[in-house]
Amino acid sequence: MRKVVRGFYAIAHAVKLCKPNVICAYPITPQTEIVENLAAMHAEGELENCEYITAESEFGAASILVGASAAGARTFTATSSQGLILMSEVLYNAAGMRLPIVMVVANRALSAPLSIWNDHQDSMAMRDAGIIQVYVENNQEAHDLVPVAFRVAEDKRVMLPFMLCMDGFKLTHAYEPIELLEQEIIDAFLPPYDPPVKMTTKKPLTFGAYAPPPYYMEFRAIMHDAMERARKVIEEAMKEWSSITGRDYGGHTFTDYDEAEVAVVAMGSIVSMARDVAEEMRKEGKKVGVLKIRTFRPFPADEVRKALENVDKVIVLERALSLGSDGPLTLEVKSALYGTSKEIHTVVVGLGGRDVPRDLMVKIISEVYEGKVKPGFRFEGIHEYEEVIP
Amino acid sequence: MVKVKIGLGGVTEPLVSKNMKTGDWGTEYPVVDEEKCTACKNCEIYCPDGCIKVVEKEGKKVAVPDYDYCKGCWVCFTVCPADAIKMEVKELYKVEVC
Repeated sequence: MRKVVRGFYAIAHAVKLCKPNVICAYPITPQTEIVENLAAMHAEGELENCEYITAESEFGAASILVGASAAGARTFTATSSQGLILMSEVLYNAAGMRLPIVMVVANRALSAPLSIWNDHQDSMAMRDAGIIQVYVENNQEAHDLVPVAFRVAEDKRVMLPFMLCMDGFKLTHAYEPIELLEQEIIDAFLPPYDPPVKMTTKKPLTFGAYAPPPYYMEFRAIMHDAMERARKVIEEAMKEWSSITGRDYGGHTFTDYDEAEVAVVAMGSIVSMARDVAEEMRKEGKKVGVLKIRTFRPFPADEVRKALENVDKVIVLERALSLGSDGPLTLEVKSALYGTSKEIHTVVVGLGGRDVPRDLMVKIISEVYEGKVKPGFRFEGIHEYEEVIP
Repeated sequence: MVKVKIGLGGVTEPLVSKNMKTGDWGTEYPVVDEEKCTACKNCEIYCPDGCIKVVEKEGKKVAVPDYDYCKGCWVCFTVCPADAIKMEVKELYKVEVC
């Protein structure tokens, strides 16, 4: 059923069809409307066999889901920015306890200074937690990936939390015609959650028990193995999904070129505009392409290396910072390209919701294409600035 | 290297921590003077780890520490009203500090 809906509704609708048993969240802009919609669905009785719990904080919300997931429930939450950072202590535990909690992060900048607008700094801060991270480009993709997220997270070869990252406001609050899923499609694709271990009142268990030095390393190595196995599981799930729905987003990455001199590497909603500019430049005979990174954890290094094999110059559009180093996406791309000699431009854009107009994208790509700028790290779309003491 | 079995998510059943002897954590250990001990159970009540119990031994009730789990916290020593418990340093820690 094709309907014009907003991003948050697209998520809530898909989550409802996945039949979660426990939803628990704390409101935070720009995520709030996702769980608000789910709360309304729950109140209307549309969510069967489901508890909707309002927590006192994001820390509480994540903790409640750890308990629920350990008891064998299919769990969902959504958060943003400071909320995600507040959850972080619990999320590292959820990953270590191998609980397949599915969460949507409506990407938003981090304080200070306070900003409610979009960039990728919040989810990037959770990069090393052992959580699968996938970034979506539009709301249809976000809608479609909710069942994929549950299936991958709950796969016995994986058993890790899954973070679906969508740009706050830019996607969550955008109207888009969405092919809304039907229950039969989800039921055929997503089996009910069958927990490998389950805590009950009759059978108490300890999750994430103490591991002294002789054992700790093996626990972390096993999580690394699970993350590596997740690559194939994600590919399988996405392939099956595209065969059911006819919507193919590629696998971990997606390229729009066969041959390019300059490739733009990006994640999230900015990919669409970069692709639009690249298409136009190709029509002018300029060999420009876009490599979209969809799965960030596990990072598809082989695919990235292959996609950039014959490319001379790489522009990495950063929507986050790792203060004092290259941008987080650049670090991954450089690592994937180790041993090759390519010109790499790290271009930081759109922090804290700073607009990235089409003209700026044209300028960024053209300047690199024409060899007008030196490779390395720079900000674009930024005012001249000077620090003063008030 | 020994092959270790790693349970998913560190999930364990109740009471498996009993298999993990923690008695080597402490630097000191309590020694009960059975002549002085009045079996008042103060130490048994106050021990934070359930590591000292009053039991019948050769016809007399006395406190007996469980060195498999005792961490040498001094609580039993502190609460003993009969001055029947001494804390002694383990051989391993009897080192000269320069």
